[in-house]
Amino acid sequence: MAQIHLEVVTPAGSVVSEDVDIVTAPGTNGEFGVLANHAPFLTTIKTGVLHYKKDKDVKYLMVSGGFAEVSGNAITFLVENAEYGQEIDVPRALLAKERAVKQLAQEQAHAENINRILVTSALQRAMARLAAAERTKLQ
Amino acid sequence: MPGLKEVKNKIEGVSKTSQITKAMNMVASAKLRGAQMRMEAFRPYAGKFAEAMQKLSSGAGSGQPLMVAREVKNIELVVITSDRGLCGSFNTNVINKAQKLIAQYESEGKKVTLVTVGNKATRAFKRSGKVRRSVMDIMGTFQMFNARGIAEDAAQQFLSKTVDQVELIYARFKSLAAQVPTQETLLPIRPVEKDKAAEDSVEYIFEPTPAEIMETLLPLYLDVQVFHAMLEVGAGEQAARMTAMDNATTACGDMIKELKQLYNKARQAAITGDLMDIVGGAEALKG
Repeated sequence: MAQIHLEVVTPAGSVVSEDVDIVTAPGTNGEFGVLANHAPFLTTIKTGVLHYKKDKDVKYLMVSGGFAEVSGNAITFLVENAEYGQEIDVPRALLAKERAVKQLAQEQAHAENINRILVTSALQRAMARLAAAERTKLQ
Repeated sequence: MPGLKEVKNKIEGVSKTSQITKAMNMVASAKLRGAQMRMEAFRPYAGKFAEAMQKLSSGAGSGQPLMVAREVKNIELVVITSDRGLCGSFNTNVINKAQKLIAQYESEGKKVTLVTVGNKATRAFKRSGKVRRSVMDIMGTFQMFNARGIAEDAAQQFLSKTVDQVELIYARFKSLAAQVPTQETLLPIRPVEKDKAAEDSVEYIFEPTPAEIMETLLPLYLDVQVFHAMLEVGAGEQAARMTAMDNATTACGDMIKELKQLYNKARQAAITGDLMDIVGGAEALKG
């Protein structure tokens, strides 16, 4: 099967760099999948789970904040965070989730409330971490 | 001639100092390696980011509020230094540069406010009355979210029209021996220049629209720039400390050499004095 080169880069360094069969990622406009020889494409990424398949082997990563670019049979993710499912500290993510839920209940339900936005994105990150860890374990 | 004991104490003191400076030199060189590795790791991210901005800048750049330049009446300088001292003129150079710029802008009739990052800058400008915000004790950690806090704050100031231009002032890590005080415009964001090769590139599918992507990416671009500056300062600080401590160790060595000569002279003088006494006493007894 034709493969596409996947590259996941964070400010702390490169996380993934390998040839894979298919990449599925959470785009701002919804989840999208990319196969080999995809047309040039640029999209922003929301916090969520990215997964890719290579010879029947599926890997899950939590990603947050950034964008993806497809060009010349390579897909590059530039994200702030990228963590493999098996590397995620689940108890810590659970704690973070609880804390965020509690805080969210206290903050005013106002869309412009900066704290609310911050807490919401913390909650999203925690959820994405848990989801990535969960899906890694399940397979 | 100073007493024997005094000189001996002094020699001990200086050699202890040289032990400390030697150790600091070694610690700095280990930390420098870490800082350089972080810079190395960050480079692909920054490079790819600039590339994507280039691709987007065709058409999407106009009308972005973060990119609109206006007449500059209020200017904000973000001065980045290290948290700790004992690194030669590393911080002083940056602070001097900032002071010169402040004087220059004020003579042009602009109002200057400051954001100081790092303990040294904060202390230097504490009494100037121009500091709007200080960020301290973050230089050692190299966390992206620290950079984001600074970038977001700057963007807010810019968007609310409190300031019309934001400049970064920091020491660029040119090499081990040279850290150059540098000034960079953070806001308004200048459109990234397109090079000729990218001109005839293929058409991209954008999702959502280029303008919307740009809206998400521009704040991230600010983070990247601030973070980059912080990494440069982090590496530069350690390099400067290494050089400073190396010089200090050498100076200690020279000093010990001089003191030893002095000590030997004093010792010799004491012996000569004692001998004179003995000989004099013997002569008197003969009498």
